[in-house]
Amino acid sequence: MTTRHVDVAVIGGGLVGAAIAFGLRALGPRLAVLDEGDVAWRASRGNFGLIWVQGKGQGLPAYGAWTQQSARAWPELAAALHKNTGVDVALRQRGGLHVCLSAEELDARAATMSALLAQSGFERYAIEVLDRAGVVARLPGVGPDVVGGTWSELDGDCNPLRLLRGLHAAIAAAGGEIITGAAIDVIEPRAHGFVLRSARGVFECETLVLAAGLGNARLAPMAGLAAPVVPNKGHIIVTERVAPFLSMPLETIRQTDEGTVMIGDSQQARGFDDTLELPVLAVLANRAAQVFPQLRGVRVNRTWAALRVMSPDGFPIYAQSTRHPGAFLATCHSGVTLAAAHAYYLAPAIGAGALPPEFLPFAAERFDVRAAA
Amino acid sequence: MNNIDVAIVGAGPAGLAAATRCREFGLDVTLFDEQPAPGGQIYRGVTRSPLQDPSVLGQDYWDGAPLVRAFAASGAGYVNDATVWSVVAANGGVTLGVAAGVPAARTAHMIDARAVILCTGAIERPFPIPGWTLPGVMTAGGAQILLKTAGVVPQGRTVLAGCGPLLWMLAWQYLRAGVAIEAILDTTPRWRMAQALGHAPDFARSPYFAKGRELVRTVRRNVRLVEYVSALAIEGEVAARSVRYRVDEREHTLAADCVLLHQGVVPDVNLAQAAGCSLAWNDLQACFAPATDAWGGTDVAGIYVAGDGGGIAGALAAAPRGRLAALAVANVLGRISHATRDPIARHDRADVATSLRGRAFLDTLYRPTDTFRLPSGATIVCRCEEVDAQTIIALARQGCAGPNQMKAYVRCGMGPCQGRFCGLTVNALIAREQRRDPADVGYYRLRFPVKPVTLTEIAAVPTTAEAVKSVVRP
Amino acid sequence: MFARLPDAAHLRDVVDIIVDGTAVVARAGDTVAAALLAAGFERCRTSPVGGAPRAPFCMMGVCFDCLVTIDGIGSQQACLVAIAPGMRIDTQRGARAIDGAAA
Repeated sequence: MTTRHVDVAVIGGGLVGAAIAFGLRALGPRLAVLDEGDVAWRASRGNFGLIWVQGKGQGLPAYGAWTQQSARAWPELAAALHKNTGVDVALRQRGGLHVCLSAEELDARAATMSALLAQSGFERYAIEVLDRAGVVARLPGVGPDVVGGTWSELDGDCNPLRLLRGLHAAIAAAGGEIITGAAIDVIEPRAHGFVLRSARGVFECETLVLAAGLGNARLAPMAGLAAPVVPNKGHIIVTERVAPFLSMPLETIRQTDEGTVMIGDSQQARGFDDTLELPVLAVLANRAAQVFPQLRGVRVNRTWAALRVMSPDGFPIYAQSTRHPGAFLATCHSGVTLAAAHAYYLAPAIGAGALPPEFLPFAAERFDVRAAA
Repeated sequence: MNNIDVAIVGAGPAGLAAATRCREFGLDVTLFDEQPAPGGQIYRGVTRSPLQDPSVLGQDYWDGAPLVRAFAASGAGYVNDATVWSVVAANGGVTLGVAAGVPAARTAHMIDARAVILCTGAIERPFPIPGWTLPGVMTAGGAQILLKTAGVVPQGRTVLAGCGPLLWMLAWQYLRAGVAIEAILDTTPRWRMAQALGHAPDFARSPYFAKGRELVRTVRRNVRLVEYVSALAIEGEVAARSVRYRVDEREHTLAADCVLLHQGVVPDVNLAQAAGCSLAWNDLQACFAPATDAWGGTDVAGIYVAGDGGGIAGALAAAPRGRLAALAVANVLGRISHATRDPIARHDRADVATSLRGRAFLDTLYRPTDTFRLPSGATIVCRCEEVDAQTIIALARQGCAGPNQMKAYVRCGMGPCQGRFCGLTVNALIAREQRRDPADVGYYRLRFPVKPVTLTEIAAVPTTAEAVKSVVRP
Repeated sequence: MFARLPDAAHLRDVVDIIVDGTAVVARAGDTVAAALLAAGFERCRTSPVGGAPRAPFCMMGVCFDCLVTIDGIGSQQACLVAIAPGMRIDTQRGARAIDGAAA
């Protein structure tokens, strides 16, 4: 078995691991990203592509701030990827809409947004509650069942698959290696680093970043960390390419730069099961057809169900092991929105060897979980 | 129709025979097919071909007529113009999502059955050469369908290219119809015959041998044949204008308005795979097929596969395999005992064995070479998304984990054909670049709908309270 | 370039359809794809990805290159739809348009 030594090993080549590795790419060949095989849970292949601010942070104001911080840094990330790799992630940050199909939905939404913004210590921004006329002014083609919605100019989207491709290409361009088929079986902490065993060989590193999504739950205790994450199934419908008709993302419907229309979203606790459930697709399809009746005859080319990586409160977990300080953990279910923050704020902190106090609200201790000490 | 014993998908020889056999055991069975009339592809239009001279298409074609007659007399249900876009096995049965009818009057149905036999047949193997997406380029199978169902034939300078029995069959049919063929560019390499010779005695005893030999002789006598073609490219800006080919290091160009390509057929695995059936790699035939037992049973309870959709074995094997699957289903559903099933099965297996004689020879002889399965440069691999070979090769070299990662990177396989014309090519390119077994590289992960349906048709699936709750979250 | 075999050209089966606004003669039982090819249409759409011209390729419903608009309904597979008298067929240019273009 071969042994490879790197300074930093990132376990997980999805959006979280790739964004962190991108932030550390100056390490060049001293950085490795260890990714598993082709058929795997892979939340990053099931991504909708939103860079979404509105609504985030109820119960944890720090998350609202972190999200906004990431949204502000996103243009820099997009530009850097384009410059480094030629990949255009089709960033749009001109605002986004959450649409409501009944008066009850709209009232509940307005109340939720008010409560969000009213939280003590919450970094406020404008969320406009729109009546139907307000929505129609922005989207003339909406269906008659749309009664209103909420709008934030901080929202946007990008092409999530090209984002991942761009991150991978940038890492490789800087000399970092992305090793596939390298699911990690065992992490063995050592005096000044870690030994990682996989079917593709043995890796030694000084700094270890666990960004393996659902795999983190099994791996974290090996490094003195805890990642109480569970799967949350989401379904997506993708249509054929249609001529441009939707220039801003809705929280559950967006038209990609290729012209396809993506429709979401659902949440179910089904365990490790990404079986497609047709009734869920039907509900998604019905709602989309209510919002845009002109989509009714459009062809659905593909659908999928994928597993989000969900923590008990739905917020990210960022942690550094006290027992093995070289080990870090990062997990969230908004890998696109937070990609910039992960690249520009989390990665440097990991590179400097310590998570500063602003990450404390995201520590796993908040779940009262006893880290494997 | 909504609650039946057996649903059968595909009205080719396997589906027709399976449905007829199910009826013999008194099972309530409905056959769903995408075409307006039964026959599948091999017997396409057999009940309504416009050609008045039956000898143009050859006797084998008309062999399909008795199968259709028997089916029509069996009392089985039949839904034409029906796309089966989903098959979900659950609770001891299966549910099919079906979109039926002409475009202006489509209806959506969910059909519950105790078992389903998938007879979705074969599709043309991808033949990725430069220019293969140009107007004027079709598959030989497509040209044959045009002939059978509409009596329409190419009129200009027509070139047939590739390898395999269907290419010869089409050439023979064109000769009988008076269609001029510029040339057949045969891509079978010199050394293949030596490889295949080991299977020749078996082939000589097969049903294909005598007919095949006569057919090939007739074609050779009447059509210009260029053998051992080692490279092919179709040229033209907006349509095919010429074909460049290489034989023994020398390049030639042939003016052509119509280029008909064929290098074998492969199973259409999309419905079986999306339904959760495992796929197995067949190295001789260089393709994937659903993994099945001796009856066509898959590793998903309630789902059976018969005919070429379960592995390429030809038209003559399709009907007995359909009958075997029907026997298995009839037994599992309690209509017949093992004691009844097994003697009948022996006859069907004998028919299958007879029809398989000669297959090894044909499969060996006509296995496409790497040249024609592994494109390079700007040659398009994914026709739908226009992804070229060099893009895929570059990412494969960088260690892309497999076809699904490749799909996520560059969109190959995301178009409406759902990988039917690119999946095998992507698999082959990754396998070569990474020196991996194609079985290890794997295939696209497919989901429903396996043919595009409208948002309305998806919306017509009955919802549940739980499904609504998963979406509408206050 | 395609043409109808004399053997198949039964005058009594003629059906009139309209392709891109032009009257075209087809035969009862034709699929739209067969009718287009027999009438000399070289392409039936341009690809929404790169604009390249495409024509029917497989004739059996699996390649999706023969997508056309039929009686106002877009992205129909021409090889799977039988013609009917007076049917309006339009070749597709790029991505199909849907009604009510928004902002």
